[in-house]
Amino acid sequence: MELQYWIWIAVGLSFSLYIFIAIRSRASSTGEFYVAGKGVPPIANGMATAADWMSAASFISMAGIISFNGYDGSVFLMGWTGGYVLLALLLAPYLRKFGKFTVPDFIGDRYYSNVARAVAVFCALIVSFTYIAGQMRGVGVVFSRYLEVDINTGVFIGMLIVLFNAVLGGMKGITYTQVAQYCVLIFAFMLPAIFISLMVTGNVVPQIGFGAAGSDGVFLLDKLDGLHRELGFHEYTTGKKSTLDVFFITAALMVGTAGLPHVIVRFFTVKKVSDARKSAGWALLFIAILYTTAPAVAVFSRTNLIETVSNQPYKTLPEWFGKWEATGLISYDDKNNDGRVQYVADPATNELNVDADIMVLANPEIANLPNWVIAIMAAGALAAALSTAAGLLLVISSSVSHDLIKKIIKPDVSEKGELVAARLSAVGAVMLAAYFGINPPGFVAATVALAFGLAAASFFPAIVMGIFSKKMNKEGAVAGMVIGVLLMLFYMTKFKFGWFGGGTEKDWWFGISPEGFGSFAMMVNFLIAVVVSKFTPAPDQNIQELIENIRNPNDE
Amino acid sequence: MNKNDTYWKTNLKYLVILLSIWFSVSFGFGILLADTLNQFHLGGFKLGFWFAQQGAIYVFVILIFVYIYLMNRLDQKFKNDK
Repeated sequence: MELQYWIWIAVGLSFSLYIFIAIRSRASSTGEFYVAGKGVPPIANGMATAADWMSAASFISMAGIISFNGYDGSVFLMGWTGGYVLLALLLAPYLRKFGKFTVPDFIGDRYYSNVARAVAVFCALIVSFTYIAGQMRGVGVVFSRYLEVDINTGVFIGMLIVLFNAVLGGMKGITYTQVAQYCVLIFAFMLPAIFISLMVTGNVVPQIGFGAAGSDGVFLLDKLDGLHRELGFHEYTTGKKSTLDVFFITAALMVGTAGLPHVIVRFFTVKKVSDARKSAGWALLFIAILYTTAPAVAVFSRTNLIETVSNQPYKTLPEWFGKWEATGLISYDDKNNDGRVQYVADPATNELNVDADIMVLANPEIANLPNWVIAIMAAGALAAALSTAAGLLLVISSSVSHDLIKKIIKPDVSEKGELVAARLSAVGAVMLAAYFGINPPGFVAATVALAFGLAAASFFPAIVMGIFSKKMNKEGAVAGMVIGVLLMLFYMTKFKFGWFGGGTEKDWWFGISPEGFGSFAMMVNFLIAVVVSKFTPAPDQNIQELIENIRNPNDE
Repeated sequence: MNKNDTYWKTNLKYLVILLSIWFSVSFGFGILLADTLNQFHLGGFKLGFWFAQQGAIYVFVILIFVYIYLMNRLDQKFKNDK
């Protein structure tokens, strides 16, 4: 059957499932809308968290990025999984015990101040918006690539689906939709990976396969290192970045993960404290399935690519090459007119340009898999993009309706009024996100990675000290958050957009890249908070009791 | 010492131990010591590379489940004491 029909069937079926779930799980109270009525079982919450977490970027781009960066790609693998250890050990159980709806709720109550609450709302909105704009764009790109509609139509369809789920069902609706989306996306990612591993190494498990030997008896990684040296690329298994920068980027991604509001809020949805710990464990297990497979896919497709194209006559290249060339994701320019493809590190003689996304997208064709596998990949990529967008959307709408309207502007709003406000702000947020998806500001791609830096520099220290230190007061926490986030914004705009005089790599402070600077800003946040709190009054007795209470899981 | 204090102290002890392991496998073996460990091999993997792209992640998953086990046991103990 034609590929296009398969794709319509796979996408149509998965979308009907999501809509069916959304209709089945409508939210009827603010508790259901914000935190799914606190009744989600840990395994389901783990799956929902994993889907929420893994975006189109994880699904499509990450393996490709690792493929082109080798060892340096490890920052994403460790950074985007290690944060869950921090979540499970330092944040999730205590925030669940605290038992309100949002992250600004915790900051506002623990630091007994609406200023702290407002700063937290501001940070949550910046972080979530930089993140969601990239997601809507991703939805559009995936739609246009697989369904052959234009990107804007793609953004529009995606927007309708997300809107339907989030506005109708709130957290309750998106949680169960995300469970389904996780199943679709992990199946779609693993299936081609397993086939390729079998094809290249004869091992079914990709995680083991990429450390095994190919049919010629040479270890795959040794072969790849050899090919890289031959063509002038940096060796695959060692790093090009400085160790210090790799350290800082990994730390920023880990701590940022633990500080992202749309991830934290997932742990508010379970029944009890021990369930919050369990959910974090399940979530990381489900995420690890994809994250340990991605580096294997990276190695297989990198080796495949080099062996298939390097020094081969252009005319005899396989069919998929021409097909992806037509999309502009691969381009070939015969600089020395010998009719062969020279793929080398030196830009002056290199004739091949490959987009990182192709490493995952073209996998099924490279492995000669049937059309229905490609259709499932399409459904998987869409599931990844939509689930993340929905989770972010909910954080934005609850920040507005709960933290801003109910807690700061109009505390006497009724339950019903707040629910209406929550739905309206979800609608507003989707429109704004769709606008950014259709007219992407140039900075979107650059800032998605930096959202982690912002989260690390703002929330993480305030939450951790709020739980682990009884002495931390509102003056310290607010000063730390404000200075941390401003410092991060300054560094990011200076080196990414050229504001404040701009600068190049050699102007980086201590050689730390903007991607890794979140770790530095976080340390500044901690330091300022501790110093300021030494010179200002300690929190009241009732705050000390609040802390005692969140530390103790038994007294419900 | 008050019962809640004992509970909290035990929790902190677990945190210190588990987070030290968390730090060692990722920032230690996967980054700071990666070049040194790369002299050793695990099958076809250089050891430092393996920690950075596989090993650290497996250990992360195990760490959380160990913490779940330890804390459930601790919670149980303190419930029984009541």
